[in-house]
Amino acid sequence: MEELLKIENLTVGIASPAGKVQAVRDVSLELHPGEVLAIVGESGCGKSILCKTIMKLLPKSAKIEGGKIIANGVDITDYADKDMRRLRGKLFSMIFQDPMTALNPTIPIGKQIAEAIAIHEPKLSKEKVYNRVIELMELVGIKQPHERYKLYPYNFSGGMRQRSVMAIALAANPKILLADEPTTALDVTIQAQILDLLRQIQTKLGTATILVSHDLGVVARCADRVAIMYAGRIVEIGTAEEVYYDPRHPYTWGLMQSLPALNKGAKELKTIPGMPPTLIDPPKGDAFACRNEYALEIDYLEQPPMFRITDTHYAATWLLDPRAPKIDSPMGGMGHV
Amino acid sequence: MSEILLDVQRLSHVFKLGKYAVIKAVDDVSFQMKKGEIFGLVGESGSGKSTVARCIMNVYKPAAGKILYNGIDVCDSRAFRKHRKMLESSRQIIFQDSTSSLNQRMTVEKIIAEPMSIHHIKPPRGSLRAEAEFQLSYVGMDSSYLDKYPTELSGGQRQRVAIARALSMEPELLVADEPVASLDVSIQAQIINLLRHCNEQHGCSILFIAHDLSMVEYLCNRVGVMYHGKLVEVAPTAALYANPQHPYTKALLSAIPVPDPIAERNRSHIDFDETAFDREGTMVEIAPGHWVLRKEDSQ
Repeated sequence: MEELLKIENLTVGIASPAGKVQAVRDVSLELHPGEVLAIVGESGCGKSILCKTIMKLLPKSAKIEGGKIIANGVDITDYADKDMRRLRGKLFSMIFQDPMTALNPTIPIGKQIAEAIAIHEPKLSKEKVYNRVIELMELVGIKQPHERYKLYPYNFSGGMRQRSVMAIALAANPKILLADEPTTALDVTIQAQILDLLRQIQTKLGTATILVSHDLGVVARCADRVAIMYAGRIVEIGTAEEVYYDPRHPYTWGLMQSLPALNKGAKELKTIPGMPPTLIDPPKGDAFACRNEYALEIDYLEQPPMFRITDTHYAATWLLDPRAPKIDSPMGGMGHV
Repeated sequence: MSEILLDVQRLSHVFKLGKYAVIKAVDDVSFQMKKGEIFGLVGESGSGKSTVARCIMNVYKPAAGKILYNGIDVCDSRAFRKHRKMLESSRQIIFQDSTSSLNQRMTVEKIIAEPMSIHHIKPPRGSLRAEAEFQLSYVGMDSSYLDKYPTELSGGQRQRVAIARALSMEPELLVADEPVASLDVSIQAQIINLLRHCNEQHGCSILFIAHDLSMVEYLCNRVGVMYHGKLVEVAPTAALYANPQHPYTKALLSAIPVPDPIAERNRSHIDFDETAFDREGTMVEIAPGHWVLRKEDSQ
């Protein structure tokens, strides 16, 4: 299968008063047409920056320092803003965490969706634009679109606003949808609806989606493949089944074990000791080593490569090296249903 | 253990919106908390759970209803004045946003020791600094943090400082208003473990407010579900999760994301129709300790 988006050894640095923050370090991944790839990690691990790098929405202080972004077969790494503008919306578009800040509070919802359509197809007649807006509003599950066309964002609830943002994002039929924590600001019941909608749209339109989240529960609901990020690197990547039922990286174990849903009846939740390292001066070797109870001596000296487990499942930990001592996964006895 | 610590009786609170409109944030809510219990209060945003917490802490004056704490009506100003010292020191609150609940211009030491100096309590460990150091070590941070400012700490550390400040008064009731909502998963687990430890070792009762239902299931003994200012269901945790009765509780529980891809994909959600929600009705006990909001004639 031809990949829609290919990222090769991408490195992004952000200048700050304290020094250069290495926000994304040597990340490689692929996105195939029609799949949902989830990127999971703690705050500050670089998952949002990775998304913004793909869209080229980085702040001025940030710079791509190495690697390539190949979208739809074209290398867009060095694209200027003018060239990017042709791609945004058509090739990829983005949904942000907070729908209220993404929408203009002084313009009716329908008009904001119409604007997105008109920009991509300036020759379309007003009537056709209106029909397309109604069609989009129906697609994202906004009922009574004709009446709601004229309503303002403040008339809408959080879930409805997020639906409107999705309608805008889908206006020009993008091939790739980047969703940066689309449900974090929403209630659980609304969250479930939005996630179902995301999945529906993805099957209906065949849009490939990158879903950024910190919630392993949310990710389980709609991801085909999952990438776990830590300290600017991808430490484990695989299909959802592989990562959830057979995780190999100690950090993934730690994340799973700290979830109360998987620890019913346990006396204490397992925690990951310590803090994530600062990325201004990342430690030599594996960034997770000092928090890792299974750390080997080599973890402190050398960054582990991605070890292959299956054709789709890779993890960056020295524990997978043939010379490493055998360690049974602590997740073995977790008893997934 | 079965002694009642907190008794909320028919509590109501309204917020005025402009001249004529009012919003009923809390509407006729009654529940009790036993000593040494962890009681969870869940509901979506705007359901009034934080308002209940603030009424209990005397931040808001309720429009109607009584809150009895150890038998004292805390909303009655005469009773409050009489027991002021006890009420102010034995009830403590932790807020969701630790950035705004800690004074940016005070060091961690000053923040933790402030309640003691306000109440003129002689520090049992000699000095206020020693006391702050002890509380800090209790929440798992070392003494090097004493002279730091909140801005120098991470979210999880700030939340620990807020907990240390609350614990410095050795409270009987700890109200935790979404203490883990803004934290990462691994840090959440640390704070939850800490709260559980406080409850087990010091017998401190906790009113735990959250919207993360899996956290509540793990931590709490009993759970109350709120919807649009109404308490719709109260039950022991196991009973509520195994056998939810109110349609809203069912919808809420079916929406919890489970970290299990295959099970999660095949699960269907129950949608709750907002218009079908009936504000009328009384709490009916359907099993020992399991109360549901229901119209009398419907059953």
